Amino acid sequence: MAAAATAPAAASAADTPVIELRKVSKTFGEVRSLSNIDFAVRPGEIVGLLGDNGAGKSTLVKTVMGFHRPDPGGEIYFHGKQISDWSVARARNLGIETIYQERALCEKQPIWRNMFMGRELRNKWGLLDVHRMREECARLMKEHMGFTSAAVHPDNVVTTMSGGEKQGVAITRALYFDAQLVILDEPTVGLSLTETRKTLDFVSNIKKAGKSAIFIDHNIFHVYPVVDRLYVLDRGKVAGVYDKSQITMDDLIDRLYRVARSGSME
Amino acid sequence: MAETSTSKPADNRVSPPSLLRRHGSQLGIIGVGIALWLSFVAAAPAVFTNGNIYLAFMQSTPQFGLIALALTFVVITGEIDLSFPSVMALGTAIFCLTVERVGVPVAMILGLLTGAVCGAINGLLVAKLNIPSLVITIGTWFLYRGLELVLMNGSGVPLTAQDYPGLHAVFREPLWGIPIQTLWMILACIGLWLLLNRTRFGAHVFLVGDNPTSARLMGINTVSVKMRAFMLVGVCSVFAGMMTSIYGYYFWPTMGDGFLLLTIAAVFLGGTSVFGGTGSVVGSFVAAFIIGAINAGIVSAGINAFYTQLAFGTVIVVSVVLQTIIDRRIRRQSITGR
Ligand SMILES: Nc1ncnc2c1ncn2[C@@H]1O[C@H](COP(=O)(O)OP(=O)(O)OP(=O)(O)O)[C@@H](O)[C@H]1O
Ligand SMILES: [Mg+2]
Repeated sequence: MAAAATAPAAASAADTPVIELRKVSKTFGEVRSLSNIDFAVRPGEIVGLLGDNGAGKSTLVKTVMGFHRPDPGGEIYFHGKQISDWSVARARNLGIETIYQERALCEKQPIWRNMFMGRELRNKWGLLDVHRMREECARLMKEHMGFTSAAVHPDNVVTTMSGGEKQGVAITRALYFDAQLVILDEPTVGLSLTETRKTLDFVSNIKKAGKSAIFIDHNIFHVYPVVDRLYVLDRGKVAGVYDKSQITMDDLIDRLYRVARSGSME
Repeated sequence: MAETSTSKPADNRVSPPSLLRRHGSQLGIIGVGIALWLSFVAAAPAVFTNGNIYLAFMQSTPQFGLIALALTFVVITGEIDLSFPSVMALGTAIFCLTVERVGVPVAMILGLLTGAVCGAINGLLVAKLNIPSLVITIGTWFLYRGLELVLMNGSGVPLTAQDYPGLHAVFREPLWGIPIQTLWMILACIGLWLLLNRTRFGAHVFLVGDNPTSARLMGINTVSVKMRAFMLVGVCSVFAGMMTSIYGYYFWPTMGDGFLLLTIAAVFLGGTSVFGGTGSVVGSFVAAFIIGAINAGIVSAGINAFYTQLAFGTVIVVSVVLQTIIDRRIRRQSITGR
């Protein structure tokens, strides 16, 4: 904060985005997945990200996460401070967690290793606290994944779990670290009705706790009710940004169809 | 736990995976090794029931077993290092070349550093440039061996007990009646077990070998993890190289030549998966001694040495095949994928 010497005081500090991308493009060889994106998530805000398959949603959040490095010229700001050496480890240390579309699990490993992947707990000698990781994992599975009935032991390997259970691990993992920004990339795909409900409630709770989220889901009936703001991506570009108060769900659906056909929202 | 099982009586999945399931592949494969060894006992009982042979193999096994412990890390990351026999020789050569000027401790550090550098080069080529390790470490095998032969001009160096009493005390003289080589190996096994199972680096070794993309998405630096695993092999190889040279009172520039097969056989027999992601230092430890027993046995039973190759070929093929089968069983998949 102190470094941003020119930043006006208190009142607007609350408005300084948690994370902001300016002029961000991302090219993979010949493919331009993102072009000239401006994107921001403010504190306490749930931002929805909509767009067709291949629009660049996942690429965008992986850039936010530091997994992809933007093409030269793109800038990333964290709480108003430009960051040059962004990386996943850095992003996670600063309190950003992601439920990736591909779930990012290591399936031959026991659940507890997946739960604490990259953020392993250590004891006072700096050694892994395997005991505590197992216990925490068992607790999380019980409290958040509803695994009391079809209980799966923390030592079970992920391979043998069902698709929804695997997803549960990825979702619970993002919960554990008490992130200030949670990114959810299509978290409800393949989940049962009750699990979907739970996931949506989880997103609402993020807001209640005063934290932020980026929520990607193809089901607009999932996205619209929980978000504050919506970005619509089309072929790597931001096709529109809406405050929820500015647009009804029906209007939004109309525009999404229009975008898919013509590439323009109007 | 109790209350969940009463409220949902039909549920029996709460139990942790059984010991057999968790260690199934290791137990099975080590069983095969023991069976193989028993067949040697049956074939040459006079030799295999004599205590001397075990003393001999407790001295010689750690020479490659130490490397097998470290190689386990690289194999778990899903890679392989075939260059370690040359690294052994190169690091020991650096020791021999510098020892008269800088003294034993510094020369030893220089030797071990050489191992670390060789490992770092392997790791960098594999992890940063994504070159298959099977290919590139054949290349560096020649590179390091060539460099060593050039440096030594093809000749060896005597390492007598008079000239190097300290090294002989540390690497050769039995301690409390136990071959000191084996004590080193036990020490290394404990240290490396801790490194693999109780440090972040060890945890990342498993994750990187299991699914590198997932590991990267969760913020793990896969390049650094693999590099460190290769460096570990480099350092341990040189350590083993020094031990081997002291054992034979002489540094042979061809040192390490016979070690490749033994070491790799120990890692795979120990249950470390060829596919990466799973493996065990203790498995490699036990397997190294099984291999060592077989090796010592064949030699002292006077069986034609050609049979050693046959034996270790069998060990590698059978253990890898069994591993694959057991692995699929555990994952409840059929071999044919149906
Ligand atoms: N690592 C990569 N290498 C090459 N091309 C990539 C890579 N990642 C993404 N792309 C390309 O970028 C484009 C956008 O992909 P992205 O995964 O961001 O889409 P998406 O909006 O998340 O789609 P979906 O709704 O299907 O998940 C696609 O055309 C894809 O092929
Ligand atoms: Mg996507």
